[in-house]
Amino acid sequence: MFGRLGVMLMKEFIELKRDRWAMFRLIVPLLVQLFAFGYAATFTVTRVSTVILDLDQSQASRALISHFTATGIFDIVDVATDQRQITRDLNQGTATLAIVIHARFAANLANGKEAPLQVIVDGTNSNTALIALGYVSQIVALFQEDEAAHLLPASAGASAAPGTLTLSLQYQPWFNAGLSDRWFFIPGIIGTLILVQIVGLTAFAVVREREVGTLEQILVSPISSFEFILGKTVPFFLIGLADVALISIVGILWFGVPFVGNPFLMLLGSSLFLLSVLGLGLLLSTFSQTQQQAFALNFFLLNPFFILSGFAFPIAAMPRILQWFTYLNPLRYFLVVIRALFLKGVGFWTLFPDFAAMFLLGTGALAISMMRFSKSLD
Amino acid sequence: MSAAPPSVLTEGLTKIFGRFTAVDHIDLSIATGEVMGFIGPNGAGKSTTIRMLCGLLRPSAGRAVVAGFDVARKPEAVRAHIGYMSQKFSLYGDLTVRENLRFFGGLYSVRQSEMAERMRFAITMAGLEGRENALVNTLAGGWKQRLALGCAILHRPPVLFLDEPTSGVEPEARRRFWDLIHDLAAGGVTILVSTHYMDEAEYCNRVALIDRGRLAAIGTPSELRGHALGGALFELACSPLGAALAALHRAPGVIEANVFGDRLHVLLADASAAASLHTLLAAANVRAEAPRPIAPSLEDAFVRLVTRTRRPEAAS
Ligand SMILES: Nc1ncnc2c1ncn2[C@@H]1O[C@H](COP(=O)(O)OP(=O)(O)O)[C@@H](O)[C@H]1O
Ligand SMILES: [Mg+2]
Repeated sequence: MFGRLGVMLMKEFIELKRDRWAMFRLIVPLLVQLFAFGYAATFTVTRVSTVILDLDQSQASRALISHFTATGIFDIVDVATDQRQITRDLNQGTATLAIVIHARFAANLANGKEAPLQVIVDGTNSNTALIALGYVSQIVALFQEDEAAHLLPASAGASAAPGTLTLSLQYQPWFNAGLSDRWFFIPGIIGTLILVQIVGLTAFAVVREREVGTLEQILVSPISSFEFILGKTVPFFLIGLADVALISIVGILWFGVPFVGNPFLMLLGSSLFLLSVLGLGLLLSTFSQTQQQAFALNFFLLNPFFILSGFAFPIAAMPRILQWFTYLNPLRYFLVVIRALFLKGVGFWTLFPDFAAMFLLGTGALAISMMRFSKSLD
Repeated sequence: MSAAPPSVLTEGLTKIFGRFTAVDHIDLSIATGEVMGFIGPNGAGKSTTIRMLCGLLRPSAGRAVVAGFDVARKPEAVRAHIGYMSQKFSLYGDLTVRENLRFFGGLYSVRQSEMAERMRFAITMAGLEGRENALVNTLAGGWKQRLALGCAILHRPPVLFLDEPTSGVEPEARRRFWDLIHDLAAGGVTILVSTHYMDEAEYCNRVALIDRGRLAAIGTPSELRGHALGGALFELACSPLGAALAALHRAPGVIEANVFGDRLHVLLADASAAASLHTLLAAANVRAEAPRPIAPSLEDAFVRLVTRTRRPEAAS
C-alpha cells in the first residue's frame, strides 16, 4: 500500500534513477571541488622559497642540498653565510623555510654519530609550513637511503654503521599552531559543498515542476503541501547524507584528516544541517518562477553564506553587523560542529547550541516555505 | 431546468489581478452530464475561471460550487471530486505511461484493488496498448493528450475541467479526443472544456462565449446561431473588399459586415434588403456578385455577439 507520500517518493526516485547524468552531476563536482579545495588548502605547496646555510661545505652536505633542489618543490632563493642572514630572510618573507647544515655534518654521518639538520619554518602560514616540513622529512629519508648505499661498500667489513641524520625542527616564535590547525580546512569544505549542492538541487527540483506545469497538476490533487514538500525533500536529504559520508571518507582516507568524534553526533549534526539547507532551498524555490531565476538567486545568496560562515575568514574579525548575519547562516553552526567532531571529539552538550540553532533555522525556513507555497495559489 | 442541482454553479465569479479584472462576474450553471464549451480568444479569462473552479485560485468576488462543494470554503473536497487537465501539458516525460498513471492514481488514492482496472481503462482509452512502458516523452502529441485525460479520470471524478486540451494536436487526434469527451459525458461526467477553436463549439451541448473576462453569450450552438444574430446573414463575393466594407457600414439596414476569407458576410436587419445591395455597391465602385443567403456559422455568431457586448463599453 502506498500513501500519497509513497507515490511522491517513488516518482522522485524513478526520475533520479532515469536521469543518466544524475549520479555524475551529484558526485563528480563534489569530488572535484573536494580535491581542488583539499589540495589548495594543503598541497599546493610546490615552490617553497628556501634559504640554505651550509656550514659544513662537504660532499655530503652538497649531496643533501641537491636532493632538495632536485624535487622542484624547494626554490633556493638565497644561500646564506651566517645565521643572521637566515633570520633576516625569514622575517622579510623572502624565504618561508630555512635549512641549516651544521659543521661536521659529513664527519658525524661517516662516523656513525648523530648529524643534526636544522629546519626553521615561518609559521604564519601553518599549512604551507607543515606541508613543507612533510617534504623535508621525505627528502631526508631518501637522502639517508642513498648515503647508506654509498657508505656501505666503503666501510665493508668495518663494524661502523652510517650515522643517523636527525631532524631538528624550529619554529619562528609567532607560530602557535595547535593540532587542529592542520586539518582546519577539509571539514569546512564538507559543509560548504553540501550547502552549495543541496540548496541548488532542492530549489531546481521544485521550480522545474512549476516551469514544466506538473506542479499545477499536483496542486489540484488532494495531496497536501506538507506531503508534497516531504516527498520533494526526503530524496535530497538522503543524497545529502550520502554526500557527507562520501566527502568525510575521502577526507579521512585520502587526506588523512583524523576523525576523533562520535559518528552518531556527526549523523545528528549533518541531519540538522540538511534540514536547514533543504528549508533554504525550498524557500528559494518559492521566490522563483523559472529555473533561471532560481539559479540567479542561488548564485547571489551562496556567496554571502560562504563568506560569512567562518570557513575562511574568522567571524570574530568581521564588522558587528555582518557578525549578526552569521547567526542566520546554518553553515556557521555546521562548521563548528564538524570541526569539533573531526578534530576535538567533543560531546553532545557542547554542541547543543549549534544543533538547536540549525534545528530552528531549518524548521523556520520550512514553515515559511510551506506558507508561501499555499499562498502562491493566489 | 431539471430538479437536480447543477454540477457546476458560479455566481458573479470574479478574479482581479492587481488592477486588472481577468474574470468579471461570470454566472454559469452546468448540469450533470453536460458538455459545456468555454470559448473565447486568448486572454479572455478561460484558464483563470477554470483555475478558480479547481481551487487553484481564490475568487476575488462571487462564489462557485463544484460537485456540491463551495470552492472557497472546501477546496480539498472539490479537489477530490474533479479531474483537471491544465493548459500546459503536464505529465512526467521521464516516466513511462504506466508510471504516470500509477503516480496520479496514487495521488488520488485510487484503491489498489481498482488500480489495475482503471489503468487498463485509461490505456485502452488513450490507444496506448503495447506502449505501457514507453517514456511519455517519446509519444506523439495526440497520445500524450489522451494519456493526460486518462490520468485526470483515474479516480472517476464526477466533474472534469479540460483547459484547451486539443491545442496543438492534429485534427484527426482532436476528433478522437472529442469522441472520448462524449463517451465520458454519456457516463454522467460533467465536463467544462475550453478551446479557442471555434469549430469545436459544435461538439458541445452548450457553449459559453467569454470575452475580456465577461460572459458574452451562453446557449446551445443552434440557439447561438439562430438568435444571436438578430437578422439574416448573406455571403457576398465582391472586390475591393475595403471599399465594399466602408459602403456597407454606411448603408441603412446593414447591421454588420465582416470579412470572411475572400468574401464578406453581411448581416441585414431584413432579408428583403439584399436586393438593393448591388446598386449600393455599384455606386461605391465595387464589383459584386448577387448576395447568397447562408446559415450562419458559430464563428459568425461569436463575432457578432462579441461586437455587441463590447459596444456599450466603447460608448461609455
Ligand atoms: N497570475 C496572474 N497575474 C496577473 N495576470 C494574470 C494572471 N493569470 C492570468 N492573468 C491575465 O488574465 C487574463 C486572462 O488570462 P487567461 O485566463 O489565461 O486567459 P485564457 O485562458 O482565456 O487565454 C490575461 O490577460 C492574463 O494575462
Ligand atoms: Mg488559457
